[in-house]
Amino acid sequence: MRNVKTIYLRELKFFFNSPMAYIFLVIFSLINGYFFTNTFFLINQSDLRSLFGIVPVVFLFIIPAVTMGLIAWEKNSGTIELISTLPVKDTHFVLGKYLAGLTLIMVGLAFSLVHFITLIVVGTNIDLGAVICGYFGIVLLAAFYSAIGTFASSLTENQVVAFIIGIAFVITFYLLDKVLIFVPNTMSGIFQYISVEYHLSNIARGVVDSRNIIYFGSMIWLFLTLTTRVVEIRKWR
Amino acid sequence: MIRIEGLVKHYGEVKAVRGINFEVRDGEILGFLGANGAGKSTTLKIMTSFLTPTAGNVFVNDLNILDHSLEIRRQIGYLPELNPLYTDMRVYDLLEFVAKIRDITGKSFKQSMARVVEQCGLEGVVHKQVSDLSKGYKQRVGLATAIIHDPKILILDEPVTGLDPNQIVEIRELIKELGREKMVVISSHILQEIEVTVDRIVIIHNGSLVADGTRDELMAGFLGKTQLTLEIKNASEDSIGKLGSELENVAVVRTEPVHGNYVVVMEYDKHDDPRETIFNLAKSENWVLLEISPKKTQLEDIFRTLTRKEAAHA
Repeated sequence: MRNVKTIYLRELKFFFNSPMAYIFLVIFSLINGYFFTNTFFLINQSDLRSLFGIVPVVFLFIIPAVTMGLIAWEKNSGTIELISTLPVKDTHFVLGKYLAGLTLIMVGLAFSLVHFITLIVVGTNIDLGAVICGYFGIVLLAAFYSAIGTFASSLTENQVVAFIIGIAFVITFYLLDKVLIFVPNTMSGIFQYISVEYHLSNIARGVVDSRNIIYFGSMIWLFLTLTTRVVEIRKWR
Repeated sequence: MIRIEGLVKHYGEVKAVRGINFEVRDGEILGFLGANGAGKSTTLKIMTSFLTPTAGNVFVNDLNILDHSLEIRRQIGYLPELNPLYTDMRVYDLLEFVAKIRDITGKSFKQSMARVVEQCGLEGVVHKQVSDLSKGYKQRVGLATAIIHDPKILILDEPVTGLDPNQIVEIRELIKELGREKMVVISSHILQEIEVTVDRIVIIHNGSLVADGTRDELMAGFLGKTQLTLEIKNASEDSIGKLGSELENVAVVRTEPVHGNYVVVMEYDKHDDPRETIFNLAKSENWVLLEISPKKTQLEDIFRTLTRKEAAHA
């Protein structure tokens, strides 16, 4: 497990030594801030619902962008040969990378707490439970999308391709809920369970069901396992 | 000891390695030679667990690469051909990163760091970013990352290619020094680069092994023929033919007139030195011998013959 930490810290340093992390943080905060404050004073309600509405949409583009380079860049620059001939398990390599990407997104999310502070200062009758549940759902969502992004990054050595594959995957999971009316009745249950929105909206309402947790947990596990397999397969080609 | 058994590697349709066997003994510096695309790098990549063989296996101290990859990677230091380094890091951070992954921390890290900085001559560049270094220094940093854990086995894929002559000499000295206590496998497509450094030579061509032995063994196996070039003045076309008929066990390769003289090239076994007979013949025929120069087989010739002959078969 120490190797996970070593790889994780290296990757974080890489993020924060390049303009990448700062560009991401600024863009993420700007979009959130604009859409949140734009309506905050008009609606005149003491909640963060509009923030929790916009963040999942922003994630669709931002997370694949953050994660696209995690493994693709190692392949492209050849450093994958350095790291994979060191005594590191593929699982640890993938986990370290994934957690680094997720951390950067968490930092971005932490900046949005400023809206929460605004809420505390100007708002009344704040439903703290709703805010905490909202954040909890968003964190799970980020963890899920990051796993998808890491997987996309392992499929290619081209970051742009990884970005597009990542977006295609997350949008699919995001939209599944919206196309239910076109799906035969027998299938709609399955589609609904797979879709992100279904679980997210449950949590956002304050209902933290074990089903939702299991959904996110197993999806993250699935995509990280797939990533590890893809990294292993490279050796057999 | 490393034992390579029936190693095969296919990339789709391309058969990069076609069943090679050889051993590397402890404390030996092995030169792994072959033309570009012969399968050298592929073999080394399999030995270091970067690739998995299509068939066959590699044993490192009786552990096989398929089941004990992690354990073997702990024992090996590897410098890949393209020397990929995290160029965004400073040299110190990069070495610390590799050391941490190899479980070298605290005091033993400081000692290892001091050792590799001295061995690889990194004094002035420890705090520079890797991307700012020259190719020669990058190569040293790559070597430093490969030996930070003081491995018993060192695998270097074309370590001197692309360096200038001074750097080549430096790296060669360093490898020789490291080879005193380690097993070193060093690949190259240029024989002279490693000829003086290595104890034993393995040559592969088109994915197959074509030679395996010490420098002297390879030479002895090939020392069939010595080539002799003569330049003779005052000879007629008739008399020059006597060279072929009078000399036994000597094959005249070609005879050609050059500026009124004759240039004759012949080949003989090393036990049938014809030079005395030639001198006597020249005396009786009133020839003037302008040149008489034997050319011994060089290791380079062996390498070229082997890799060309096989090419014709393929």
